[in-house]
Amino acid sequence: MIRVVLPAHLRTLARVAGEVAIAVDPPTTHRAVLDALEANYPMLRGTIRDHITQRRRPFVRFFACGRDLSHESPDTALPEAVSSGDEPLLIVGAMAGG
Amino acid sequence: MSGVRVLVGTRKGAFVLTSDAKRERWDVAGPHFAGWEVYHLKGSPADPNRLYASQSSGWFGQIIQRSSDGGATWEQMGNAFAYASVPGTHQWYDGTPHPWEFARVWHLEPSLTDPDTVYAGVEDAALFRTIDGGATWHELAGLREHSSGSSWQPGAGGMCLHTIVLDPSDAQRIYVAISAAGAFRSDDGGLTWRAINQGLRSEGIPDETAEVGHCVHRIAMHPSRPNVLFMQKHWDVMRSDDAGDSWREISGNLPSDFGFPIQTHAHEPDTIYVVPIKSDSEHFPPDGKLRVYRSRTGGNEWEALTNGLPQENCYVNVLRDAMAVDTLDSCGVYFGTTGGAVYASADSGERWAPIVRDLPAVLSVEVQTLP
Repeated sequence: MIRVVLPAHLRTLARVAGEVAIAVDPPTTHRAVLDALEANYPMLRGTIRDHITQRRRPFVRFFACGRDLSHESPDTALPEAVSSGDEPLLIVGAMAGG
Repeated sequence: MSGVRVLVGTRKGAFVLTSDAKRERWDVAGPHFAGWEVYHLKGSPADPNRLYASQSSGWFGQIIQRSSDGGATWEQMGNAFAYASVPGTHQWYDGTPHPWEFARVWHLEPSLTDPDTVYAGVEDAALFRTIDGGATWHELAGLREHSSGSSWQPGAGGMCLHTIVLDPSDAQRIYVAISAAGAFRSDDGGLTWRAINQGLRSEGIPDETAEVGHCVHRIAMHPSRPNVLFMQKHWDVMRSDDAGDSWREISGNLPSDFGFPIQTHAHEPDTIYVVPIKSDSEHFPPDGKLRVYRSRTGGNEWEALTNGLPQENCYVNVLRDAMAVDTLDSCGVYFGTTGGAVYASADSGERWAPIVRDLPAVLSVEVQTLP
């Protein structure tokens, strides 16, 4: 299972309290994880990546294993520690604005 | 016993204010969607317990919420707003072509007759409609595809379609206003549109009387007289007696004819309300005095309504969607400020009192009169 930590506003939309665990068939790319996340929580569609372009929204960031993965290709595999469930993928609302 | 429900959208959530018909004691519920911008929420005239809300965020985009119990509980609806054809470009602030990009829903206008049909005015300017209660949204692309579309430019707040007025006497007739393109009318249910800006004069554009390019802030209509429209433009308060085909200025003795909202009285078609703002560069009331101005003659002659409103050191704004009226026998008038106050008058504006004072900046105020 892939562990995903959502920002507070998206936890509210998804009606979850803590991190979520989702099953993703390999290869566990960014796109595969987001596809599975949106399939499990359809209320999150359009909030992390644009409905039409499927691009990451500008003020959303992806962190894992102490690294910023935001600018990696959607088809890049996530770190092994995320794929194995040892480490979570952090979806973060960027610190911007008030 | 009858009562009113005031729906307030703010920079940090939505609030629902309720009272009985006396409008003296208020219950304040909220914030709903705490921390999110709620540009607008509005109830269905055909089913007052059916509400729709536009919830948005610079981080997480657009969400549409629906309530079927008057705002007690909410259900997240569809949020895919895809332009129906190749979006093309409009003009950017510097005059260069800029791709049409969806940003947010500014205004939700429920159908007068069907609780499942709602129009949505969005930024970048376009009109969408749902006929399934908000599950799916489809663009009425004839507006964006208007021959002038590539020349439209954003106003300071973005290129937003912020005003939708439905004609109660003609289901095919829809008015919209776009900053800063102007006013448009459809006579075929939104398929095709014509610019209705003749008579507008805007000093901030190269051709002051151009077909489009006017920063229309708001249009009001009294339902009993749908061919008469009132407009608060960037500068100038205007009136049309021919469904927007031509406009004439009715600013008269206003201390400033800059402002955002304009509203008609519930029972007197020639009684209208505006909130003068000092200027386009100083968005607060003249002299620090918050004054609603009322005309009982359809314009030109205006009187200041001040009883109960702050008359010194007041430097708030009242935004375009932040004024509304109820339809009780003694017409109630309501408005919200960027300082977070919502003021109400239960007697057509003679006396005012705050319902609440310290909400987040108020973006919109709508009122439902309940049986």
